[in-house]
Amino acid sequence: MASDIAQLAQALRARKISAAESTRQALAAAQARADLNAFVTLDEQAALGAAARADAALAAGDASALAGIPFVHKDIFCTKGMRTTCASRMLENFVPPYDAAVVERLAAHAAVSLGKANMDEFAMGSSNENSFFGAVKNPWDATRVPGGSSGGSAAAVAAGIVPFATGTDTGGSIRQPAAFCGITGLKPTYGRVSRYGMIAYASSLDCAGVLARSAGDCARVFAAMAGHDARDATSVDRPCDDYVGALSTTLQGIKIGVAREYFGAGVEAGVDAATREALREFEKLGATLVDVSLPYAHLAIPAYYVIAPAEASSNLARYDGVRYGHRCADPQSLEDMYARSRGEGFGAEVKRRILVGTYALSAGYYDAYYLRAQRARRVIANDFAEAFKQVDLIAGPTTPTVAFKLGEKTSDPLAMYAADVNTVAVNLAGLPAISIPAGFSENLPVGLQLIAPAFAEARLLATAHQFQLATDWHAREPSA
Amino acid sequence: MAIDTAIVARIARLARLPIPAQDAAQTAAGLSRVLDLAAQLADAPLDGVEPMAHPHAQTLAWRADAVTESDRADALLALAPDARAGLYAVPKVIG
Repeated sequence: MASDIAQLAQALRARKISAAESTRQALAAAQARADLNAFVTLDEQAALGAAARADAALAAGDASALAGIPFVHKDIFCTKGMRTTCASRMLENFVPPYDAAVVERLAAHAAVSLGKANMDEFAMGSSNENSFFGAVKNPWDATRVPGGSSGGSAAAVAAGIVPFATGTDTGGSIRQPAAFCGITGLKPTYGRVSRYGMIAYASSLDCAGVLARSAGDCARVFAAMAGHDARDATSVDRPCDDYVGALSTTLQGIKIGVAREYFGAGVEAGVDAATREALREFEKLGATLVDVSLPYAHLAIPAYYVIAPAEASSNLARYDGVRYGHRCADPQSLEDMYARSRGEGFGAEVKRRILVGTYALSAGYYDAYYLRAQRARRVIANDFAEAFKQVDLIAGPTTPTVAFKLGEKTSDPLAMYAADVNTVAVNLAGLPAISIPAGFSENLPVGLQLIAPAFAEARLLATAHQFQLATDWHAREPSA
Repeated sequence: MAIDTAIVARIARLARLPIPAQDAAQTAAGLSRVLDLAAQLADAPLDGVEPMAHPHAQTLAWRADAVTESDRADALLALAPDARAGLYAVPKVIG
């Protein structure tokens, strides 16, 4: 099974394999790795139907680069006729009556969805241990977490089951699992990919993106996903670049800012060393490294863990047991129905964030928490704007540590939140960023994060691609 | 920020989340931990900074005041835990 979109697309065109065969192989691989718990729903019949349509498109000779490529959607994207759970008991039996924009776009390219990937409940988590359907395991070491919240997506790609998966990133939920699983993960600019039909967590931060083996493959999928959609009021109406065509752009003359705050006290020595070694590779390829500072970086975690819960408390108010989702048995009154349905339907971390957000937005505390966090958001975004006056991209370790042990951080939310220390600021500022495999520490993958100015995904992907032409970290695979 | 069980009860009521009495102290401790994080914002020099609600300074798009949705009442009501006679059904509110 080719684990790479480019190779598989070539084999499909050369008739070495059909989309139906490739889909059956991927389904078999998913079954064979059921131990990872990477999937919530697999739909063989729907997948084979999509594969037949892809084979027809390939035979007609007008197929997209993604035609016949098997993949999985994070179970946060609404899929018409296929249950969409957000890994929550609340939506355990929710079957949407419509497709998300991302689902429509990938289907229009004849990519073949196998089903839905496991995740942290409502995308709240950094380890995929907050799923109603159980934790996902890291393919590199089954005693460790794959990261979160797009942990099922990351594990499925890292294990070679599918060449790519969709994900979402509100505070690091694509980049952090990509780093922990040794794959490439792209979080686009806020508004570049439609959020229509993507179940909301924190609407001013939520971004759809892609997890794949390489930056080149991320570019191929991102090119299909990106673009304006009037159904999402925050979707940006400006033309997309040629992300695939731009991959050949070299690093000559590029300035990469090395953010000193991203190499802080919590960064493990092995992660620090691997990241610095990778940065030297960028230098060899023609880039200039420049020290930069993001002086308000330390405010990113506090600001994020006010803003995201505040928006979550508002977004998740819709789950009331009336129109869809879980309803408790034998409600005694409307109030009883609301409270018990929500109490039974939501898991512990989701409840914690709803309560934190409710508090931060409540009378008497709004200015001290929510408004203060929004002021911090401004200075954090200004930090990036200042740095980008000097450099084209900013680099650092995606995460301070390699993948941690299952259960290691579940008892302390703050320890879990610290896993996002280098990723959340990017969401607050709405910027695009990518995590790429950059080496190993303790035999576990290390991710390097590159951050770009808004809408500079072409530069970001090309820089990552040039690094991957010169290195093979992204091609390393865990032993089965 | 010390959150006590009375505050937990108040915000749980606002959020329509039942917190059993035996869990209130633990919930209060957990919320205090998270809000202590937020307290770091209090010492930062942020007075006078314009709050930022959204990544892009874009204005919302206008659209024609026209009906774009088709009638999908049956499909939507089919998702409801309890729907009768074309309506969502909930427990009796007025005695």
